[in-house]
Amino acid sequence: MKNPISGLNKIFDSRIRLGVMSVLIVNEEISFNDLKGMLEVTDGNLATHLVTLEENGFIKVHKGFIGRKTNTTYSITKLGEREFKDHVKALEGMIKGFR
Amino acid sequence: MDNPNEPIQALEEIKQMMDRSSRFVSLSGWSGIAAGICALLAAWLANKKFNEYAIGENEYEAKFNYTRDANLLQLDRELLILAIFTFMAAFFFAFLFTYLRGRKTGVPIWGFMARKVMFNVAVPMIVGGLLIWRITDFGLYGLVAPVCLLFYGLALINVSKFTLSEVRYLGYLQLLLGVINLWAIGYGLYFWAAGFGVLHILYGIVMWNKYERNEKAVA
Repeated sequence: MKNPISGLNKIFDSRIRLGVMSVLIVNEEISFNDLKGMLEVTDGNLATHLVTLEENGFIKVHKGFIGRKTNTTYSITKLGEREFKDHVKALEGMIKGFR
Repeated sequence: MDNPNEPIQALEEIKQMMDRSSRFVSLSGWSGIAAGICALLAAWLANKKFNEYAIGENEYEAKFNYTRDANLLQLDRELLILAIFTFMAAFFFAFLFTYLRGRKTGVPIWGFMARKVMFNVAVPMIVGGLLIWRITDFGLYGLVAPVCLLFYGLALINVSKFTLSEVRYLGYLQLLLGVINLWAIGYGLYFWAAGFGVLHILYGIVMWNKYERNEKAVA
C-alpha cells in the first residue's frame, strides 16, 4: 500500500480522501453533510471515497438518527491517525529532499 | 512524483482543510466596527435616559409628588428594551458584514463551524444574562456593567479556540475592564461603552487592516 521509496500512502493520492482525513484529524466527529459542504463535493463522490477509507480501517462510521432523518457521522481511527501522520511526514521529507 | 511542487501543494491543502474545519475565520472586521457603533449609540441613549430620570426625580421631590419607584420601574423597562434592541442590531450587522465577506471571498460560512462558535459564545453569555437578571432583581444596578464585561470576556476567551486567536486578546481586555469596574461602581456606563464600543471598533479596524485590506474578490 505504501510506496517503499517515498513512504507515501497510495490511499491518500486522492485529494478528497486526503481532505476527509485532514478534517477528521482536527474534528472528533463530523457528519456527512458537514463534510460534504467543507470539501465541496457531490454525495456520490464523497460516499465512494468514504467507503474506501472505511474498508481500510482509517475511519469509523456511526449511523444515527435525528428524528426520522439518518445522521451518519465519521471519526478517525487510531490506524487512520497513524497512517495520516506518516503520510504528512513523508510529504515533509520529500520537500526537504528537494532543497 | 517528480514534480517538486506536488508535496508542497498537498501539504498546503492539508493545512488549509485542517484550518478551515477547525476555525471560523470569516468574521469580518466591519462586524466589530458595526457592533461597536451600536454599543456607543446605546450607551449615549442610556446616559440620556439616566439624566432625564435624575432631573425627573428632583422635580417630583420638589412638588412633593414623589413617585420614585414607579419612575424607576419605567427607567428599568426602557433600558431593557434599549438593551434588547442594541443586542439585535449589533448581532444583525455583525452577521451581515461577515456574510458579505464570505460571499466576496467565496469562502462559505460553514454551518457547523458557525454552530460551534455560537454554542461556545452562548453558554457563558446566557449564564451571564441570568446572573444580571438576578442582580437587577436585588437592585444591584452597579454590578450590571462589570458582569456584562466579565462574562463577555469569558465568552470570547472560550470561543477563541475555534476562531482567530486575536479574539482571545479582546477577551482579556474585556476582563480587565470588567475587573477594574468592580472597584469603580457607578461608572459602569463608561466602562461598558469602552468595552463594547471602543474595544470592538479598535478590534474591527485592526482585523480589517490585518486580514481584509488586501483581500481580493472572487468572481
